[in-house]
Amino acid sequence: MSEFEPQIVAFFCNWCTFTAADLAGTSRLAYPPNIKIVRVMCSGMVDPKYVIKAFLNGADGVLIGGCWPGDCHYINGNLKARRRVAHLTEILKQYGIGEDRFWLRWIAASEGTMLQEVANEMTEKIKAIGPSPIKTQQEAA
Amino acid sequence: MSNFTTVSYKKDELNKELAKLFTALLEQKTVDGIMVPCRQPSGTVMQTLITDPAQTAQVDPFAPVVPVSSAKLASSLTAKPSGKKIALVMRSCEIRALIELVKLNQANLDDTLLIAQDCFGRFENNDFYALQESGLTAESFLQAAQGGTTATDGKDITEACSVCEHPVSANADIRLCLIGADAGTFVVESVSEKGEKAISDMGLSGSDSEGKRADALKTLVAARQEAFNQKFTEYQENINSFQALEENMAKCVNCYNCRVSCPVCYCKECVFVTDTFRHDGEQFLGWAQHKGNLKMPTDTVFYHMTRMTHIGNFCVGCGQCTSACPNDVNLTMAFRSAAKVSQDRFDYEAGRSLDEAQPLTVFHDDELVEVTGQVK
Repeated sequence: MSEFEPQIVAFFCNWCTFTAADLAGTSRLAYPPNIKIVRVMCSGMVDPKYVIKAFLNGADGVLIGGCWPGDCHYINGNLKARRRVAHLTEILKQYGIGEDRFWLRWIAASEGTMLQEVANEMTEKIKAIGPSPIKTQQEAA
Repeated sequence: MSNFTTVSYKKDELNKELAKLFTALLEQKTVDGIMVPCRQPSGTVMQTLITDPAQTAQVDPFAPVVPVSSAKLASSLTAKPSGKKIALVMRSCEIRALIELVKLNQANLDDTLLIAQDCFGRFENNDFYALQESGLTAESFLQAAQGGTTATDGKDITEACSVCEHPVSANADIRLCLIGADAGTFVVESVSEKGEKAISDMGLSGSDSEGKRADALKTLVAARQEAFNQKFTEYQENINSFQALEENMAKCVNCYNCRVSCPVCYCKECVFVTDTFRHDGEQFLGWAQHKGNLKMPTDTVFYHMTRMTHIGNFCVGCGQCTSACPNDVNLTMAFRSAAKVSQDRFDYEAGRSLDEAQPLTVFHDDELVEVTGQVK
């Protein structure tokens, strides 16, 4: 059996993390293809529904990338995202989707290297803990 | 500021004594209208907006049934100022939901007189009507409940009520107290300045003592708290995966009654009935092809989880969702559980105080650092 390749849905803010991913690309910093990027205008526009839907459809992890506090293009969208993530984490945790699968990280436009590090770290971590329990349940059913 | 007046009533005359108080409020023009549960010609008990002091005879606020959470009704009465003063006779869960609606700018307490009634719990609607047929009255229920029994004829109060640790509303102008009251009496407590003026208009002295209320309340709350802790632990242990949640919600038919009946489901238009969820046949077929089959209607767990994220911080545990469910889905504990973990995270309690900001409406630079774990 081939190695488990996690599917990680990533919502990256247009102004910082998405640009960092671009920078990582132009700097030839390779990061795992497990990260599937969805560009959003702000981490603050990531509706909890997007995250729930991703998990329900079998994502092994969800990564939200936003601007560092104080750097938000829309002043405070990232701070709203942080509260929402804290809230959603509590709900998901009850049903077996822990903090190890649902990440929020601040990655500035200039931090291409950090993007690579976070992508590597998250992919490794999820490879270690295995497929999402939702996926395994759905396959068993 | 709290003061108490004991009112005695003869057998079968509790509502008559209460009606006198409401009549006084209308006659003295303390308020222009009173929303209070009243007996309807058909025998049901529904909230009724009374403006004529001569028409208070049918009041029955302590009938152990809540067909609709009054929070939504109070919202429709007060969201836009009517220029009239309205007294609202409500239970603790309804007031707590109303407080959340006020914070969401969907209700306004400026011109209201909040009259909170002690609550021992309510029956499911059909249970109540059946019990009523066999002779249950507000008085007989209250007497039994004061003695510690809520069940009669094999029927008991709802699950939500049996784990409700808020039988008394913290927010009110006046409280109609029955917990710890002597047989054949109830106690009117004024809590605020508005309340004090109102009880003097009612002709009450406010010079009595609280009696055994504090102790009786403590015992009741402790028992309810223990019942909640037990159900919560049970829920957390049993429904701890998406699969278990799916099974719990398996009988759901996406009728959305739970969100219609929910007093704090605040969206003007629910996203689940918008075009976002109105898919073409082609789309459904595409999804079906992934696994070879697709349960329809779709998005059931998705809907319930979305509601958990929307109302997790506001859920007051009234249990109207369960009552409205045509298929007996265990919603109460699912939502109380979501409420518990959400509200604990933000040290918030739905309906506790008008002065506490709702968790997702405030945010600070230097908080919740543990979410990202990153420090610059």
